[in-house]
Amino acid sequence: MSLTITQALYDQLRAHGEETYPNECCGIMLGTADEQNLTVSHLLRAGNTRTDSAHNRYHIAPQELIAAQREGRKLGLDIVGFYHSHPDHPAQWSPTDFAEAHWFGCAYVITSVDGDKTTGTAQITNSFLLTGTTEEDKAFATQALEIA
Amino acid sequence: MQIHIPTPLRAFTDKQATVSVEAATVTDALTALTTAFPAMQQHLFTPEGKLRSFVNVYLNDEDVRYLPAGEATATTANDELTIIPSIAGGSAFCCPCCCL
Repeated sequence: MSLTITQALYDQLRAHGEETYPNECCGIMLGTADEQNLTVSHLLRAGNTRTDSAHNRYHIAPQELIAAQREGRKLGLDIVGFYHSHPDHPAQWSPTDFAEAHWFGCAYVITSVDGDKTTGTAQITNSFLLTGTTEEDKAFATQALEIA
Repeated sequence: MQIHIPTPLRAFTDKQATVSVEAATVTDALTALTTAFPAMQQHLFTPEGKLRSFVNVYLNDEDVRYLPAGEATATTANDELTIIPSIAGGSAFCCPCCCL
């Protein structure tokens, strides 16, 4: 299953990571899903509630998720994934990302942002699909990221 | 009342995004949901019957965990219950003592 996103939205989520550098950014992706593909049509920026360790942790308030779900219902869209940045860290899922991933069938997009602790530039963006159906059999699978 | 089901759990509600139940309390609503869709039980509750730590349940805009009566809070037909798994992570290494 691949993830399709427009160039404009792709640029937006990468720019978000640069804006929040040296802290992590995070956001919610609304779109549609079928057997073959997740398609992103809206991005919703979220606040990172982990102000105690924002350089290497993120958490989206449940209220923001509920608001996103409501917005999706209005637009006929679903939450199809999430994005966040890894400042000065590879664009690969971490043990923390895996432990706290519970949205099966959704995409987790990670952008590495490298910088000098003051300003950063987005580097690599990868997407990982959370497969499985339970905490016991879940896994991250690298998925193709298609820029439409 | 209506229960809104998040994307990852719709596989266990016959793909329904919203399920209607008759319930006098939050507990009743969740019981009605898991009775209608038994596979939801393991996704919402631990084997001991407690809500899983990463599962948030909101009654309208209130986190049920922080309501004075918790899951025993009374509900009406116009209320909405939203089930929303948490979303978090980051590049930090995470140990079981702080993440699970």
